[in-house]
Amino acid sequence: MIAEIGQFVLVLALIIAGVQVVVPMVGAARGDGTLMAFGSRMAVAQAVLLILAFAALTHAFVVSDFSLALVFQNSHSLKPMLYKVSGVWGNHEGSMLMWVLILAVYGAAVAVFGRNLPPTLKARVLSVQAMIGVAFLAFIVFTSNPFLRLNPAPPDGTGLNPLLQDPGLAFHPPLLYLGYVGFSMAFSFAVAALIEGRIDAAWGRWVRPWTLAAWVFLTGGIALGSWWAYYELGWGGWWFWDPVENASFMPWLFGTALLHSSIVVEKRDSLKSWTILLAILTFSMSLLGTFLVRSGVLTSVHTFASDPARGIFILMILLVTVGGALSLFAWRAPTIRGGGLFAPVSREGALVLNNMLLTLACATVLLGTLYPLILDAASSGASRVSVGPPYFNATFAPIMVPLVAAMAIGPLLAWKRGNLRAAARKLLLAAAAAIAAVAATFIAVPDGPALAPFAIGLAAWIATGTLVEGSARIRLFAAPAAESWRRLTGLPRAASGMTLAHLGMAVLIAGITGASAWRSELITTLAVGETAQIKNYALTLQAVENGKGPNYNFERGTFLLTDRNGATIVMYPERRFFPVAGQSTTEAAIKTTLMADLYAVLGTSRTTPEGTEQWTVRFFINPMVPWIWLGALVMVGGGLLSLSDRRHRVGAPRRKQQHAPGVSGAPAPAE
Amino acid sequence: MRRILLILPVVIFAVLIGVLAVLTLQTKDGRDPSLIPSALLGKPAPEFSLPAVAEDIPGGFATADLRGRVTMVNVFASWCVPCLAEHPLISRLAADGLPIYAIDHRDTAVDVAKWLKKNGNPYTAVGFDPDGRVSVEWGVTGVPETFIINADGVVIYKHSGLMTAKVLKDKILPKIREARE
Repeated sequence: MIAEIGQFVLVLALIIAGVQVVVPMVGAARGDGTLMAFGSRMAVAQAVLLILAFAALTHAFVVSDFSLALVFQNSHSLKPMLYKVSGVWGNHEGSMLMWVLILAVYGAAVAVFGRNLPPTLKARVLSVQAMIGVAFLAFIVFTSNPFLRLNPAPPDGTGLNPLLQDPGLAFHPPLLYLGYVGFSMAFSFAVAALIEGRIDAAWGRWVRPWTLAAWVFLTGGIALGSWWAYYELGWGGWWFWDPVENASFMPWLFGTALLHSSIVVEKRDSLKSWTILLAILTFSMSLLGTFLVRSGVLTSVHTFASDPARGIFILMILLVTVGGALSLFAWRAPTIRGGGLFAPVSREGALVLNNMLLTLACATVLLGTLYPLILDAASSGASRVSVGPPYFNATFAPIMVPLVAAMAIGPLLAWKRGNLRAAARKLLLAAAAAIAAVAATFIAVPDGPALAPFAIGLAAWIATGTLVEGSARIRLFAAPAAESWRRLTGLPRAASGMTLAHLGMAVLIAGITGASAWRSELITTLAVGETAQIKNYALTLQAVENGKGPNYNFERGTFLLTDRNGATIVMYPERRFFPVAGQSTTEAAIKTTLMADLYAVLGTSRTTPEGTEQWTVRFFINPMVPWIWLGALVMVGGGLLSLSDRRHRVGAPRRKQQHAPGVSGAPAPAE
Repeated sequence: MRRILLILPVVIFAVLIGVLAVLTLQTKDGRDPSLIPSALLGKPAPEFSLPAVAEDIPGGFATADLRGRVTMVNVFASWCVPCLAEHPLISRLAADGLPIYAIDHRDTAVDVAKWLKKNGNPYTAVGFDPDGRVSVEWGVTGVPETFIINADGVVIYKHSGLMTAKVLKDKILPKIREARE
């Protein structure tokens, strides 16, 4: 019965979204306030209906209602409750429902919090948002209905892929969707502005918080997904340039560019056409990702069991939404009047460079991801290639170097016309720190790749440059400590957020460098009692025992790790076998310190002709890997801090400013 | 100039959609993205020699047996469900006069003898490969797999997985016809 309610409200949401496309758009065209206001109510209604539909599906999973085909295929009565719930979005249909739910919630957020938006813009944004909603709701209702019944109901389910029974995986899709779908806001604002024919600084101010929120979620989602791949897949790596990873990374790159260019729109009323285009492109990348994951054109550990008929449907959605938006852009962009002019050396100039490099980086990733597909299509499957890390490392890293180098300089330049020499003087300390870091790394790790110390130097360069800029703002050491403190607390949170996020980037770069340059790997076979040597450690397989978990059987190895000084560490990697799914997973044992991860994987066993049982053992020393997640976490923190800035609050900022005049006391520093 | 720049994204996007559409349609027609084209295609069949399963089952064959006419090599096992599903098609092809050699992959002699007795033995010869060593030579990643070898002993086609009537009609029969000409 509850499932039928879910089905019913899902169809109702589709109908309401259809009305929401038309009514506010007509209202905005006619200047009819009643029709426009109607849009807000429908947006809220659509969100409420989809919450109900999602709740109905969750209920079916929680009570293990196997009369639903989806629950039968993706759940099992013996599964822990957490994974019964995460099973709701651990499959194609349920995750699509979550996708449209998030889309509708964003739409409702505009309806509720966008009180100070010009009514016509708001109505058009809601209408565009509803167009995306209609497309995907129709997709769900007609090709991927989550509420299909089975008759008779089977006694028990067929389990969930055990790889997916993991907290890291359970929670990274919701974060990713909040990010992907969050960029729909920038898209809807861009299309609405193109229809409206008016893009001004206020537009930038409205778009920025949504973009920032989506960026924070996406950063968190990618980091969590990469962490999951790192500890669950047992490959010892954290990023594989897998097509589906790239699909999440491309919106991130464009989204990061958008985040920066919308600052120029807001502060300087410039770069408007470009920002609009970026907003469209960012969401296009989200849609492209949805297509790649669900259409079955490629295989990856991350893809859903897919159906080409769905692929055609998503392709049609892509054609209409993105094709329509880009055509609208080509038609209307010439009417957008450019605002403030700026010299090449200026804050704007630095942000343009940032955008060009991020776009180039995204184009590189896009090409690497699609090239095998293009070749495959052109040759009808006769020639299959895979583009792997060597391509991406060779093309992506060189683009990142100037981007990161400029990251320290940009914030030190003034708007409109900057003084490069003055900025360079301020960065003397950063240059010194970078050189010191290169030298120190060369001495500490003389046998690694030659470029690695320079990458560490680059990380030191941004970290110091960012700190120099931050301390200049609060006149650290230049003014009495009390005044610096007062300035620090009075600093706009958006500014502190930027400082924090850029510092996070420095930490991330150091982590990536360490993990890719100085990693050691050992793959060998060991019988119980045997020892292998890796770097400074002796690795002994002490025992292998069998046992039973809640819904799996496991084989657990006990490894004793002895370093040169005789200190010992014990590690317990596992292999788990899930009888219901008939699948095995590896549970790597990871011992982490701030400087390195020790990573052990127990592989399959075989019996030698002499009759001894040997296990395949993989052991990695991954230096600085924890810095990757730490850096991402700091970036997310920076984003959240910036999001909490009162100027980003979507409510009624103007009224509040009157109550607290001159928050910072001193003239507000340029952001 | 600015016009062209503004239209450029639309053009690039149209090309992208075109490529993805072709791929999606190919996927709909049975393209399997997980398959890697066999390294053996266009190369002579690997050197091997397989024993018979039992005395009463015609079998035991080697590389030399695959020369002089168009043949098919079918990798199967008694425990493999899709193999059973494609068995009627194999039988019909054999009845039509195509010599089909079978590699019995990771199986036991008792099981496969029982299976052939129950489902019929259409094969010209069955080679017994209990440890899968010869299958490795052929680059077999799973059962069933089907190869077509021309009269010169060169592998001209490989199909991985279940051979359906559609695959037979659209892919395999044209290859056999082509090879016989």
